Amino acid sequence: MAGHVGGSEGGSNSMDKSITLPPDEIFRNLENAKRFAIDIGGSLTKLAYYSTVQHKVAKVRSFDHSVKEAEGDPLYEISVQEEITARLHFIKFENAYIETCLDFIKDHLVNTETKVIKATGGGAYKFKDLIEKKLKLKVDKEDEMTCLIKGCNFVLKNIPHEAFVYAKHADPEFRFQNTHPDIFPYLLINIGSGVSIVKVESEDKFERIGGSSIGGGTFWGLGALLTKTKRFDELLQLASKGQHSNVDMLVKDIYGGAYESLGLTGDLIASSFGKSATTDKQFSKEDMAKSLLHMISNDIGQLACLYARLHNLSRVYFGGFFIRGHPVTMHTITYSINFFTKGEVQALFLRHEGYLGTIGAFLKGAEEDNPNQYSWGENYAGSSGLMSVSPDINPMQRARSGTFDMLEMDRLDRQLVNLPLLQDPSSYIPDTMDLTEDSHAREYWLYCFEEALDGVVKRAVASRPDLPEATEQAEKFRQKYRHKLQTLRQQPFAYGSLTVRSLLDTREHCLNEFNFPDPYSKIKQQENDMALKYYQKVVRALEDLSWEQRQFALVRGLLAGNVFDWGAKAVSDVLETDPGFGFEQAKQQLQERPWLVDAYNQWIERLKGEPHKCALFFVDNSGIDIILGVFPFVRELLLRGTQVVLASNSGPALNDVTNNELQILTERIAGMDPVIQSAVKDDRLTLVQSGSSSPCLDLSRLDKVLATVVRERRTDLVIIEGMGRAIHTNYYAALSCESLKLAVIKNSWLAERLGGKIFSVVFKYEVPPQMQVQH
Amino acid sequence: MELNGHQTDDGTSEETENDEVVKPKKPHHHQQTPWKETQSSVSFSATAANMEGASVSAGGSASIARRTSSSTIARQRIDSLKKNRPPFPWFGMDIGGTLVKLVYFEPKDVTAEEEQEEVESLRSIRHYLTSHTAYGTTGIRDVHLELPGLSLCGRTGSLHFIRFPTHDMAAFLQMVRDKHFSSLHTTLCATGGGAFKFEQDFLKMADLELCKLDELECLIRGVLHIDSVVPSECYYFETPTDLEHCEEKAFPLENPYPLLLVNIGSGVSILAVYSKDNYRRVTGTSLGGGTFLGLCCLLTGCSTFEEALEMASLGESTHVDKLVKDIYGGDYERFGLPGWAVASSFGNMMSKDKRESVSKEDLARATLVTITNNIGSITRMCALNESIERVVFVGNFLRVNTLSMKLLAYAMDYWSKGQLKALFLKHEGYFGAVGALLELLNPS
Repeated sequence: MAGHVGGSEGGSNSMDKSITLPPDEIFRNLENAKRFAIDIGGSLTKLAYYSTVQHKVAKVRSFDHSVKEAEGDPLYEISVQEEITARLHFIKFENAYIETCLDFIKDHLVNTETKVIKATGGGAYKFKDLIEKKLKLKVDKEDEMTCLIKGCNFVLKNIPHEAFVYAKHADPEFRFQNTHPDIFPYLLINIGSGVSIVKVESEDKFERIGGSSIGGGTFWGLGALLTKTKRFDELLQLASKGQHSNVDMLVKDIYGGAYESLGLTGDLIASSFGKSATTDKQFSKEDMAKSLLHMISNDIGQLACLYARLHNLSRVYFGGFFIRGHPVTMHTITYSINFFTKGEVQALFLRHEGYLGTIGAFLKGAEEDNPNQYSWGENYAGSSGLMSVSPDINPMQRARSGTFDMLEMDRLDRQLVNLPLLQDPSSYIPDTMDLTEDSHAREYWLYCFEEALDGVVKRAVASRPDLPEATEQAEKFRQKYRHKLQTLRQQPFAYGSLTVRSLLDTREHCLNEFNFPDPYSKIKQQENDMALKYYQKVVRALEDLSWEQRQFALVRGLLAGNVFDWGAKAVSDVLETDPGFGFEQAKQQLQERPWLVDAYNQWIERLKGEPHKCALFFVDNSGIDIILGVFPFVRELLLRGTQVVLASNSGPALNDVTNNELQILTERIAGMDPVIQSAVKDDRLTLVQSGSSSPCLDLSRLDKVLATVVRERRTDLVIIEGMGRAIHTNYYAALSCESLKLAVIKNSWLAERLGGKIFSVVFKYEVPPQMQVQH
Repeated sequence: MELNGHQTDDGTSEETENDEVVKPKKPHHHQQTPWKETQSSVSFSATAANMEGASVSAGGSASIARRTSSSTIARQRIDSLKKNRPPFPWFGMDIGGTLVKLVYFEPKDVTAEEEQEEVESLRSIRHYLTSHTAYGTTGIRDVHLELPGLSLCGRTGSLHFIRFPTHDMAAFLQMVRDKHFSSLHTTLCATGGGAFKFEQDFLKMADLELCKLDELECLIRGVLHIDSVVPSECYYFETPTDLEHCEEKAFPLENPYPLLLVNIGSGVSILAVYSKDNYRRVTGTSLGGGTFLGLCCLLTGCSTFEEALEMASLGESTHVDKLVKDIYGGDYERFGLPGWAVASSFGNMMSKDKRESVSKEDLARATLVTITNNIGSITRMCALNESIERVVFVGNFLRVNTLSMKLLAYAMDYWSKGQLKALFLKHEGYFGAVGALLELLNPS
């Protein structure tokens, strides 16, 4: 296969065109591209294709056990290998670029299997010949509405924080919604030139239940007649500056005040354009545009409410060019919906609304690949994120190169589902803090991540001694991630709610993008080696203690292990300057009881009772944490007769132990410890992967196998360890079984926020309300 | 009150113009009425000018004094109402955003004795109203709607239907003042928003205290009463799907409930009526008659409703609107949308070329069709939500507007697959005023 489309060879000579495309960034991975789809609207073209991406992945492989290893040899080897993953690319650009783009695609398209291009949208017909001529692909037209709905289902299912409510005067003005596990039924109101109201009941079942001819075309057409302004955007600009009360007849113009007996306030519009029924007065363009905007938005909102009520639906999404990222129309529609439903129905908008048609057309064409069978994840490195189109709101917009907007979705190896033990999946929010809503926290964390960038770059270079251009690549990573951070400073809502998790995930995506799949692999290897040597000693010391003493030592061991975390800057500083900082020293750093959050007594009381059937343990770091903290604790659980499921990351993130590494470690420990060995043999100790490659944890997107195991073993205890999984996320997660959330706060700002100091301990033991009755 | 000042400012130019037109018509009635008459007719326009000055300078204190005296009178009037029927003249008024609707009961069974006792101002009012069909430049009596031989409260007479634009209120008040209406010791029952908005003006300019009534209550009362006393008041269009051949047919509204009452004035109110006293405003829309006229004025430069309708009747909306077939080449079968259906109102006007080729008549027609269909569509949804199959459309938007009525009849029938029936009433926009009159005669 050909190499990457790089700036080095991809661009220069072939780009001798009037419009220069930045080929590094758009139309990536074209050489493997297949299954094209295109959605051509009135002014924007959206192109979709499927490609495979070669990824560097760090693999760990156990050495042959028969060979007696020498002292100092690592217990496993790390290699960087190529792995091929599937990715969906979506690019949006102005219709003016269409020819240049088609030429570019033609020049770079190597794959010859592709014979057709799926097309939708009003412009598909107009550009049919051009596409067929340029790409030598047959244009295959798909029904617009079907594509729209397919696309909508896809983004709602695969992109958390896809939907948001818009509140003009709130800060932030975008409020993202937690995707309900069951996205159906919903109402989609598509406001194009007219309005279609579609009820969607399942993946394949939808019905156009109504519509209206008063839509975006009415605003545009009538607006152009009234104001002599041609462009839609300009009309919106005009409208945002106007005063509708100069043109509209308000209730107070008729009543002199409010119509009190009906509760109609004086400012309500009684008759749109009611004041313009005169020839001896001039009206300003702005005022007429504003009045028109209100008239149309209110009318659509009213119909939407009538249909929602008739069909008893409360989830109503709005899309179409009238809405598409325009704060002005999102505001007027939201206002109208609030007015007509008295707040019972919220107007919802979608981050990737502009892509729905092309996503749907693509999915129609890719049915044989079964894209709906997989879970997909938004790649933050390759996606532009939500940009407000208003330059007033969005100064970054001007700085962006060209007018290309991108969305990339990675196919995840496994299907992701809810943890079956969530008390209420529909209200579960993984993240503890929403940085879009908390500007102080946002500033702190953005600063924090920017500060840490040098260190990450350094470690990334060190992790790839095999890669000659590592320094150069790491520099590119630095630029990309810094740019993302700057974007997020301006537009915190670009990728949904901004959270510590999304910042961490974005960093991982950017690192992967530049072939640094696992910058901590070597460090993890060293730590694991070192910790294994102490395992037996730690276990023996624990066995000598009384039951009560041992329980406390086990918990302290877990917590001390958790102090070792390269993700936290305070700790990585110490580790880098003083490598001798050991397990015992770590324990001394810990806060003395009573801890910041201290449910230890309740936990001990519980342990005196019946053993748990099965514990699900979400583990955190490699090295001391997993080997000297987690394993002895797990061992005690096993000895009590509790089965244990260890859930670790599917892919690398910071120094977190991956499923791959954990398998080798477990094997090693089993070799030293008969308790672990028999548990593994009898399947009382099981390893599963979480499905995640994040230092944080989203319990609504977990590997399907994990969910099955959890259900089959009738898991009645969930243990979540570490700052990323138990503090930044899941701190408030309500589970339907007992849970233990523990972490050491290794960030002084966060510790202060929680009312403690650095190295404060959180030990949260929770019993769901329905079970407390039984105890 | 700022409203007063505003009103006079606004009306200055029109007022004088109207007054002058009203004036010449008066003298020949006034021949028989020697006293006051001369004074009033001479001072008509002059008083208007003085009034402006007075209302601005004299302001609050004067009006407070008047209010106390007139409220005592009002109480006496109400007392007498309870015993007997009220004294003549009998008026009902509905002051809307665009039009004022006035109904006047002219007793035809006046005895000689009564005639003898009849005060001059009352006679003058009766003659003025019944011997003209136009008042000023803008006041009009809808003669074709007149209900002769009507029995009301034990009296027999004719009910007259008069309208004038709300923006000529100042001129009207001037006339009321000059006709010494306040000396008749009658109550003026008024409904519509203007009853509230102009309350102070009536008091200050005409020394009249209005009896303010809720417009929806009056509307329903008026509809039910007129329908019960006037045969073939209610009608529908037979075969509404055949626009060319559909015909008006009487519809006896014997057991009317439940019904959806859609009142299309400047704006639109939709009421679900379950019985005489059990009704609810379901919703409303600001896209009403005012929107049609307002947009037509802006788009075509016309200035009256009649002009706008005339243009609309000559235009072709399909030049302006984008139809389903313009997009899909025919029907959009997947969703059962016929090719002739409008996909986007004014949608063709997105194109510069089409904007340049379209006529004013086309624009007027498209505006009419857009507003009418939208009302139809909201009404249909309300009918479904309320499970009501009978819809009565009233309001002055429908006056001489067969085009809209047929469109509504068609839309109701087509989109409901024959489930919904659109009904219309001959006295379209006057039910609020009738309700106000009924309230005068039989206070509820």
